[in-house]
Amino acid sequence: MATVQFTDATRVYPGADHPSVDKLNLDIGDGEFMVLVGPSGCGKSTSLRMLAGLEEVNAGSIHIGDRDVTDLPPKDRDIAMVFQNYALYPHMTVGDNMGFALKMAGVSKAERQQRVEEAAKLLGLDDFLNRKPKALSGGQRQRVAMGRAIVRSPQVFLMDEPLSNLDAKLRVSTRTQIAALQTRLGVTTVYVTHDQVEAMTMGDRVAVMKDGVLMQVDSPLALYDNPKNLFVAGFIGSPAMNLIEGVVSADGISVGDYVVPVPRETLAHAANEKNLVLGIRPENFDLGSGNEGIGIDVDVVEELGADAFIYGTLAGTPDIDKLTAQQIVGRISSRTPPHRGTTVRLNIDPEHVHVFSKATGNRLA
Amino acid sequence: MPRFLSAKTDTRLITLPWETPLAEWPEEMLVALPRGISRHVVRFVRVGKEVFAVKEVLEHLARHEYRLLRDLTRLDTPSVEAVGVVTDRFTPDGTVLDPILITRHLQFSLPYRSLFSRGVRQDTVNRLVDAMVVLLARLHLIGFLWGDVSLSNTLFRRDAGAFAAYLVDAETGELHDQLTNGQREHDLTIARTNLFGEFCDLEAGGLLDEALDPLVLVETIESRYRELWGELTGVEEFDGSEMHRIESRVRRLNALGFDVAELDITTDFAGSTIRIQPKVVDAGHHSRRLIRLTGLDTEENQARRLLNDLDYYRARTDQQNADESIVAHQWLTNRFEPVVNSVPAEMRAKLEPAELYHEVLEHRWFLSERAGNEVPVDQAARSYMDTVLSQLPDEKLNLSGMEAMGPLANPFDPSQGFVDDEVDKPYDPWETESDDDTPEEPATPYLDIAALRRAKG
Ligand SMILES: Nc1ncnc2c1ncn2[C@@H]1O[C@H](COP(=O)(O)OP(=O)(O)OP(=O)(O)O)[C@@H](O)[C@H]1O
Ligand SMILES: Nc1ncnc2c1ncn2[C@@H]1O[C@H](COP(=O)(O)OP(=O)(O)OP(=O)(O)O)[C@@H](O)[C@H]1O
Ligand SMILES: [Mg+2]
Ligand SMILES: [Mg+2]
Repeated sequence: MATVQFTDATRVYPGADHPSVDKLNLDIGDGEFMVLVGPSGCGKSTSLRMLAGLEEVNAGSIHIGDRDVTDLPPKDRDIAMVFQNYALYPHMTVGDNMGFALKMAGVSKAERQQRVEEAAKLLGLDDFLNRKPKALSGGQRQRVAMGRAIVRSPQVFLMDEPLSNLDAKLRVSTRTQIAALQTRLGVTTVYVTHDQVEAMTMGDRVAVMKDGVLMQVDSPLALYDNPKNLFVAGFIGSPAMNLIEGVVSADGISVGDYVVPVPRETLAHAANEKNLVLGIRPENFDLGSGNEGIGIDVDVVEELGADAFIYGTLAGTPDIDKLTAQQIVGRISSRTPPHRGTTVRLNIDPEHVHVFSKATGNRLA
Repeated sequence: MPRFLSAKTDTRLITLPWETPLAEWPEEMLVALPRGISRHVVRFVRVGKEVFAVKEVLEHLARHEYRLLRDLTRLDTPSVEAVGVVTDRFTPDGTVLDPILITRHLQFSLPYRSLFSRGVRQDTVNRLVDAMVVLLARLHLIGFLWGDVSLSNTLFRRDAGAFAAYLVDAETGELHDQLTNGQREHDLTIARTNLFGEFCDLEAGGLLDEALDPLVLVETIESRYRELWGELTGVEEFDGSEMHRIESRVRRLNALGFDVAELDITTDFAGSTIRIQPKVVDAGHHSRRLIRLTGLDTEENQARRLLNDLDYYRARTDQQNADESIVAHQWLTNRFEPVVNSVPAEMRAKLEPAELYHEVLEHRWFLSERAGNEVPVDQAARSYMDTVLSQLPDEKLNLSGMEAMGPLANPFDPSQGFVDDEVDKPYDPWETESDDDTPEEPATPYLDIAALRRAKG
């Protein structure tokens, strides 16, 4: 059993005036695939290194299973850090390329062989074990790299941006393979990336970080459907959620000449705020008719199969402000896409309106 | 139109075939120099008299590496020199190509594969290991986390019987004001794994001396690194009566090639216990002194050797009390330059001037021992060129060693392995499946939430 638990775990780098990881609380289940995601510098790698035992924990604690590992050296933690080591050694067989780290760790030859064979079977590389790696395809090379991690059979895998130097196509196929393998192996995994699409497609749960603080941890769909604050709302999803400021009125929030209907209970949570932020995902817009909907001046229309993306600005924005004005993105059915240069009304699916406090950035429940 | 990002663009680079994938560049532009294995397509390109290394790599990585290599150069840390990044590459039919990072080929550099290619003596391996350790410690001193420490990512140059190591691949690097112990440990963990793999590879290829054991080698690297780091940064405590230990610490660091720019000294209340810790140490103690005195820019051990010769010259000419820089100038014009200038043009690409001078001094020592009296330098130089230098390969652009590395499948890329007769492809259930039925995922940057709902819901 290997759960992982961060409790108020904090890291302040020497000389820094604020923590790079600030009171991180995160419970990772046995066998769970947890992704840490956030912009550069948010503290993802630091968190991972704290778990690996490579970065001092200044306050709080870390547990793996029932063991408090906060002060244990890395070698006593039974974890495997997977870094971008894909170099395949040309004189060594594929099997040796997978098992050499075990040799360094003093694992017996018989056991090495057994673990390598098991990993190879899992990876569909049985027939390659005695081959030299020269003729391997890009995908096969990736699998050998995964094999290197698998043969170590640790309690927890730690991966820091393992796909960042692959081209787009290989990245997509490899992430699917890693996720599938992780499910089959059932080994608890903590995976770091700055790419939210990668996080959303791979993780059982995703922890979103910003400036050293955990913003929200949830399943990918819960993050998408119920972002707890403006940061998560804007970070998860692409194209990003539209975040539009409006003025509170009796039964909604007005944007331009239109009042977006918002339940009174929601508005009641907005203490004394006059202005609130509406969050609307592009696919929750629909072409409206008459005076219903937010008015948008359309700048660009991009057709993508059955759908079309329209990009524009709030109707009535003076031309000279258009370049700097907030861009609104809608995803609508492409049967009757509007033309660029026209003004359209976009209706909002009331089920899917997100409302945030402008003052705190938090979602109004 | 390709775009160039660089401090000052060499106009000859603009006309290279940027619209062609690097793997397909015409062979007449390329030079097949020995090099380390790599994941990216890397080629050496000849432009006029110069050679550049070009690497095809994702845009954010190219920019990141360019910036970090510039930082390393600015901080006077041995690394290859970044020349520029070329973005916005398209083939004539509009296919987008990855950007290219251009670095200047490091002259007289020896990738480890060519150093090991003819089998290698234990003593040489120890020197390589030492050079690697010094490089790692120097990087860590300036706050550089390498992230991919390996022999393939290191180049070696001869340095008066030893070696000097240079960083060649900064793709995974991070620069901070100061590294934590954890960050240094992280690099050491990576170094252990990569170097062990590389030594095992040499072993499997029959290139490693049988007396050498990969495990012992990586353990040596680790322990030497720790020793050096301790000397460079460790706290030392002693009794107030042992003040000379301050001086000896500084001397020890100088002997290792480092200058102490800031030494933290604290005493306890009664002044009976002294505690010292170097706070800022700069590499290049000897090379900086040599460059100040003579303008010669050399590796650290070469500088040490040349400075010794300068001291000797001073004693011989009885000028102990003369101004050091005047004597240095005399030494340069009367001793160093005549030797270096006497090398025939066709042998100049064999060794760097400072290394050559070092070799001549070694040769002279050998001749003098044999003759039982001191042989003059000019005579030693002539003998060295006739009997030794003429036999050596050119190392400015080190073309040798390629053949010994085996018949390469591609002479420009050792990562593709060797020519052999394994032609049949083994059965791969994963690739066979994916060839048939998995539709190609569209390469859109968008998050496909509908697919995600289907998959997870
Ligand atoms: N040795 C150090 N000294 C001071 N600050 C540091 C040090 N190492 C990292 N930091 C800072 O800590 C913060 C978190 O860094 P970390 O590497 O964990 O971020 P990250 O989310 O992994 O970013 P990236 O996506 O760029 O890798 C950053 O602001 C970084 O500059
Ligand atoms: N400027 C240079 N001078 C001399 N040799 C160079 C230079 N640049 C690259 N090389 C050689 O080319 C090899 C590959 O370059 P590099 O390590 O940058 O590629 P890479 O694909 O990023 O490698 P990795 O697989 O480690 O990420 C190096 O090992 C080195 O031998
Ligand atoms: Mg990171
Ligand atoms: Mg490299």
